[in-house]
Amino acid sequence: MSDPTHLPLLQLRGISKSFPGVKALAEVDFTVRRGEVHALMGENGAGKSTLIKVLTGVYQRDGGSALFDAHDINPKTPQDAQRIGISTVYQEVNLIPHLSVAENICLGRQRSKFGFLNWREIRRRAEKAMARLGIAVDVAETVANCSIAIQQLVAIARALDIDAKLLILDEPTSSLDEKEVERLFGVMRKLKDEGLGIVFVTHFLDQVYAVSDRITVLRNGNFVGEYEAASLPRIELISKMMGKELSEADFKAADRKEHQRGETPLLHLENVGRRGSLKPLNLEIFEGEVLGLSGLLGSGRTETARLLFGVDQPDSGTTRLDGNPIKLKSPRQAMERKFGFCPEDRKTEAIIPNLSVRENIVLALQVNQGWMRYVSRAKQNELADKFIKALNIKTPHAEQPIRLLSGGNQQKVILARWLASHPRLLILDEPTRGIDVGAKLEIEKLVASLAGEGMAILFISSDLEEMVRNSHRVVVLRDRKKVCELQGGEISESAIMHAIAKAES
Amino acid sequence: MNLRVLKRNIPFAATAVVCVLLYVFGAVQFYDENFFSLRVFINFFYDNAFLGIAAIGMTFVILSGGIDLSVGGVVGLVSVLLAILMENHGAPPVIAIPLVLLLGAGLGTVMGVFVHYFALPAFLVTLAGMFFARGMALVLQYESVPITKHVDSINSTLSLPLGSGLQLPSSALIYLGAFVLALWLAHFTRFGRNVYAVGGNEQSATLMGLPVARTRVGVYTLSGFCAALAGVTYSLYTSSGNPNAGMGLELDAIAAAVIGGTLLSGGVGYLAGTFVGVLIFGIIQTTIIFQGTLSSWWTKIVVGGLLLLFILLQKGIQAKKLRPKN
Ligand SMILES: Nc1ncnc2c1ncn2[C@@H]1O[C@H](COP(=O)(O)OP(=O)(O)OP(=O)(O)O)[C@@H](O)[C@H]1O
Ligand SMILES: [Mg+2]
Repeated sequence: MSDPTHLPLLQLRGISKSFPGVKALAEVDFTVRRGEVHALMGENGAGKSTLIKVLTGVYQRDGGSALFDAHDINPKTPQDAQRIGISTVYQEVNLIPHLSVAENICLGRQRSKFGFLNWREIRRRAEKAMARLGIAVDVAETVANCSIAIQQLVAIARALDIDAKLLILDEPTSSLDEKEVERLFGVMRKLKDEGLGIVFVTHFLDQVYAVSDRITVLRNGNFVGEYEAASLPRIELISKMMGKELSEADFKAADRKEHQRGETPLLHLENVGRRGSLKPLNLEIFEGEVLGLSGLLGSGRTETARLLFGVDQPDSGTTRLDGNPIKLKSPRQAMERKFGFCPEDRKTEAIIPNLSVRENIVLALQVNQGWMRYVSRAKQNELADKFIKALNIKTPHAEQPIRLLSGGNQQKVILARWLASHPRLLILDEPTRGIDVGAKLEIEKLVASLAGEGMAILFISSDLEEMVRNSHRVVVLRDRKKVCELQGGEISESAIMHAIAKAES
Repeated sequence: MNLRVLKRNIPFAATAVVCVLLYVFGAVQFYDENFFSLRVFINFFYDNAFLGIAAIGMTFVILSGGIDLSVGGVVGLVSVLLAILMENHGAPPVIAIPLVLLLGAGLGTVMGVFVHYFALPAFLVTLAGMFFARGMALVLQYESVPITKHVDSINSTLSLPLGSGLQLPSSALIYLGAFVLALWLAHFTRFGRNVYAVGGNEQSATLMGLPVARTRVGVYTLSGFCAALAGVTYSLYTSSGNPNAGMGLELDAIAAAVIGGTLLSGGVGYLAGTFVGVLIFGIIQTTIIFQGTLSSWWTKIVVGGLLLLFILLQKGIQAKKLRPKN
């Protein structure tokens, strides 16, 4: 065993890490071999991102040892980790918003010629890095102007651009559509064949089984086990993550109940559109109904949501609320009419990082009620506790600043904020992004029961399975245009896919 | 693509337009007095060289998301030290000047270390630095003293003859040289780009594996160096060591940078903008001198007005730009 080539690429033993009030990692082992894709799995708050951050020098470990490429390592900064050959895409997209795509890819490793940075080479290198992921994008564009999907791809391109021995991807695919994911997997497989070790974190089980060779499961900061992907059935994987025995029945879609929807639509869009972002479309949303909005990324889903919520203003058509024409000039006006919008990009649009979990939850409710009618502290505590329990939000207490929660748990808090405000119309844009399987089921139940109580819900998701399970009606968009509408029994993954594909030809 | 590049440069373009307008105004108004002449034009740089040099350092600091209030104090300290070294101790300029530059840079390094490693607010650390430097200057020398040795010979060696009796004086030459170097540093070195990155989003810069500590400390070191160079320039310009030199200079430097389109929140801005900002200072001053009856303090009032105007403009552009599109 002294021959270094027989050692695994990475060997973490007994890694511990505590934060005030939280034991994030307790004696975790983790081993990655050369030439494998290793999935790191666990529920929200299990400690996956913390393990990655300890390994890459963002945090210092409290205990344990790390052996990488036959050397003991203890990186103090991400820069140290990069230097020894660990390249990482962290969970939240981390880029410099005001710099160009090209610079973001090459920052810190630009080449110089006669003492001058070679900007032409930077450009070319970035174009090549993006092309490798199959993305044609103007690399001179400022990152802040790019969609989240593109930003995520830029972060990945940056990580792939260096000669690394270990590549770590923490939920890299959460904003990507299928084509982009497939392309990323292609690149991962190729790198694997070149002998790289790859760590892959995701909550999409399909993706785990599509690329991973082995799986390590964490639960509550503890090491549960390491398995061959091929011999670990999906249901068992979920059981191991959740820590309880499950059966197939738990995952059957509840029979689509006959739902009671109102007679007249709550909201009726007639030829509503906006130049450059959405072609005029007709849309009816009824009370007591979950309306799914499906389509590829950039098909106009988010744009529709933004128009509905008054973030952008339409330049054609009429919008009717309860039959009366309305014009929303700002999200504030939408909120006054009891609309709620859980946006896609939680980091920049939704969380207020230094406020506590409780404050983040009651925010929308408080705005709805007006600042004059203060929501009593007792009521706030009650709401916070209710949603922490209902959505299984992992936090030491309701007063924890939200920025200290794990990514998925932050997402749950945002969702709780809108559920708590009890709007008439709730727009959910990718609400389960980064949320674990168990919590997804909880959220689905909650959405169904809210619709049952008469709330109108507009549900946007790239996850077709989820779309089919949740929606009473599905509208498919393509190229910023409505291409088809599916009702009740017509709704199926293949029907939606077909609608997207048919429009393509 | 071209349109977008244009849009990104609106603040800078607006500054440039204002600068040209002010210049044309002066040139027309005082045509008979020869406002529109190379001699006056050179004076814009000559009279404001030390402001320009200090503003270069300041721009880097602001780009990195910080602020440096110690600049004026360091100018005073350096000016006094230079006088003492050269006059009282007979030190040759080749020793005295590098020594004081080193001191300025060192002071900057110390402040940078406090800001970065102890995570103290830059505002307070550099405020302390300002009191320290100014106090030190006044302790060493209570009032302004003339420097008689070397200054004339330095000034004449460093000036660049432009023909027909005109020349680019030493302080203007130092300023222009420093500016060209700063352009290179900001746009063509890793250090410069890292400054933008750290100011744009420090957490991302850390996670991207950029040397945040080195960059942050480097930026304050650079600003300290620039302040010291401004102090040297001041002494050469006035042939004196003055403990009160550069009073309030840091605020002028911040104003020049902001008028030039640099955002105080960091990560956005150009050195060229600062250059134009300093030029605007010079044009306003000169216009007021040519006018003859107005007090020179009117410069401050006009600058105040411009500052407000540009901040409003930036705010407007930002609000427009921060709407992501898919
Ligand atoms: N800086 C911090 N301070 C305090 N607690 C923290 C900090 N970072 C993480 N935690 C806590 O540590 C636990 C593990 O978080 P981590 O981010 O590793 O989870 P995760 O497995 O990546 O979850 P997710 O799937 O939601 O991303 C969580 O309970 C989280 O609240
Ligand atoms: Mg995580």
